[in-house]
Amino acid sequence: MDILVCVKRVPDTAENEIEVNSDGTDIERDDLVYSVNEWDNYAVEEALQIRDKVGGSVTVISVGDEESEEVLRREMAMGADGGILLSDDAFEGSDGRGVAAILKAAVEKGNYDLILTGAMADDGAAQVGGMLAAMLDRPFASLVNHIEVVDDKKLKVGREIEGGNQEMNEIDLPCVLSIQTGINEPRYVGIRGIRKVASLEIPVQGAGDLGIDPSTVGEAGAKVRRLEYFVPDLGEGAEILEGSTEEVIEKLIEILKAQGGIK
Amino acid sequence: MAEIFVYIPHKDGVADDAALEMVAAARKIDAEAPLTALVVGDGADLDKVCEQAAAACAKVWKVSGEAFAYPNAEVIRKMLVNILPDKAVVLVAHDTFGMDLSPGLSIKLDVPFLSDVVDIEALEGSSLKIVRQEYGGAVSTRVSCDIGDGVVINVRPGAFKAEDAAGAAGEVVDKSAEAGDLSCGRRFLEVVEAEVGDVDITKADVLVSIGRGIEDEENIEIAEELAEAIGAVVSCSRPIVDAKWMEKSRQVGTSGQTVKPKVYMALGISGSFQHLGGLKGSPFIIAVNKNPKAPIFQVADVGVVDDILEFVPELTEKIQEM
Ligand SMILES: Cc1cc2nc3c(=O)[nH]c(=O)nc-3n(C[C@H](O)[C@H](O)[C@H](O)COP(=O)(O)OP(=O)(O)OC[C@H]3O[C@@H](n4cnc5c(N)ncnc54)[C@H](O)[C@@H]3O)c2cc1C
Ligand SMILES: Nc1ncnc2c1ncn2[C@@H]1O[C@H](COP(=O)(O)O)[C@@H](O)[C@H]1O
Repeated sequence: MDILVCVKRVPDTAENEIEVNSDGTDIERDDLVYSVNEWDNYAVEEALQIRDKVGGSVTVISVGDEESEEVLRREMAMGADGGILLSDDAFEGSDGRGVAAILKAAVEKGNYDLILTGAMADDGAAQVGGMLAAMLDRPFASLVNHIEVVDDKKLKVGREIEGGNQEMNEIDLPCVLSIQTGINEPRYVGIRGIRKVASLEIPVQGAGDLGIDPSTVGEAGAKVRRLEYFVPDLGEGAEILEGSTEEVIEKLIEILKAQGGIK
Repeated sequence: MAEIFVYIPHKDGVADDAALEMVAAARKIDAEAPLTALVVGDGADLDKVCEQAAAACAKVWKVSGEAFAYPNAEVIRKMLVNILPDKAVVLVAHDTFGMDLSPGLSIKLDVPFLSDVVDIEALEGSSLKIVRQEYGGAVSTRVSCDIGDGVVINVRPGAFKAEDAAGAAGEVVDKSAEAGDLSCGRRFLEVVEAEVGDVDITKADVLVSIGRGIEDEENIEIAEELAEAIGAVVSCSRPIVDAKWMEKSRQVGTSGQTVKPKVYMALGISGSFQHLGGLKGSPFIIAVNKNPKAPIFQVADVGVVDDILEFVPELTEKIQEM
């Protein structure tokens, strides 16, 4: 099975405090630590496990600037067979639909049986996978937390639904699935693994290579536009306990007692 | 102004809370626009849902049939593309069904998609201004979109205050005959219920809940010791379960358990809406987080800005000394 996994380079929320920049046009990008989107890492691991079971290949692909090469390389160090970077000034400022359109053009240049995305990325939209599937006219399932290869025509997939219940479906290949965290345990990538793939070539494709009209993607083609970033003022918020640790603990114990928090 | 359609989520003959919240969101877009509820399903219960929807919307489109007995988003998308008029404004709940349906629906209708909307600010001409959140709620964005040719909007459950269903006495129109070709490459098989764990966190009065801030599996001990000292039960956020450090039955949130404790201690939890979605009955929330800007502090009653790995053991020790 030839599998394509869409991966995005995002600020690592576990490593950074995300703040709005001074004029509200973006988040503060200085000194941000980036990594591969958490959901995408699970998607790559799942693709590798499927490949190792039934044969085939895993390709990772990203729409981004040249820095995105580092996440492609990281996922190749995990075991992906190849990477493709889709990069062009014309792609900058794409909305979700634009990203999906760029990915679609690349998908049509290959021959993939299965396309995986993460369920969601840093802007929380959870949209690119479903859009890509609809553009390709392929079946789609979101929030997938279980995949079983039935034969070369279909898969059995579990979707995570409310309350931790699981919805089982049969889905025809070729298809697009968006992967939920927890589906597997992504393997660890050490510095040695990264070194091993350091010299592998990652082809870069732009609008011209993909036959994309630049006015349909990027800033120019975006129908959904961010006007500004801000931090909402949601009423009073918490009463922050101040003082030395000892004083804070004392206050907190009083509060716990008053609220019935200590039995 | 085009027509606004609200897709009504429902179960066992009862419309979900999100239905009336979306009606409120629709009113915020344009209070004058004609409002149509989309009620899709199968069986006798469906008419009960239509009745509830008719109390809040001027029109109800009922679409029934065996193919809709389970809400398979791929099937429902095809039907919606067949029945919806041009330029429709379609509201869907941003739940696991809406996440499955809406991105693809927007492509097939060839209209923009606004995902996980938490507020609607203004409609000027055909330009709609809405509010979203990014980075797990750490920052918000104001977003604009031209909805003149229609739009699909996913509305975050719980973000809008439900509008009273004020006797709209809506007319129910049966659209089932127009559903059209529903063949698709995904077939629903069954729902597998979540496993029951050793401890029922839904019954606990006091929960000590840990998130990614606990950093290491070994550190879970410090939460267990605190819980023991105050007579609480340990629960957690999703990353702890994804890492297989705790059982799924301990997870609080939309894809985990819905809990209603009196006191909820959130230790190293950022406060994403999926996590907070599992907290019901307005518990007293105590948050301990080393990031003073963590979104959890906006919903907590009391906050401590500190490293849980240092603070919690000291707290436990003081309580044990009492
Ligand atoms: C469809 C869907 C369903 C989901 N369902 C759920 C669900 O049911 N439940 C759920 O919880 N999530 C759910 N999620 C995931 C959710 O979006 C968040 O990713 C998750 O809640 C984040 O968990 P967290 O707060 O523990 O981690 P993070 O967001 O990483 O936050 C960790 C926090 O700990 C703080 N911290 C770090 N180290 C320390 C320290 N030493 N001391 C003190 N503070 C520290 C950080 O400042 C940060 O605020 C779902 C997501 C999707 C897409
Ligand atoms: N720039 C990108 N390059 C490659 N894949 C992306 C990109 N943006 C989003 N995706 C994919 O789409 C998924 C969902 O992202 P989103 O719709 O932005 O929440 C991600 O987990 C990725 O798999």
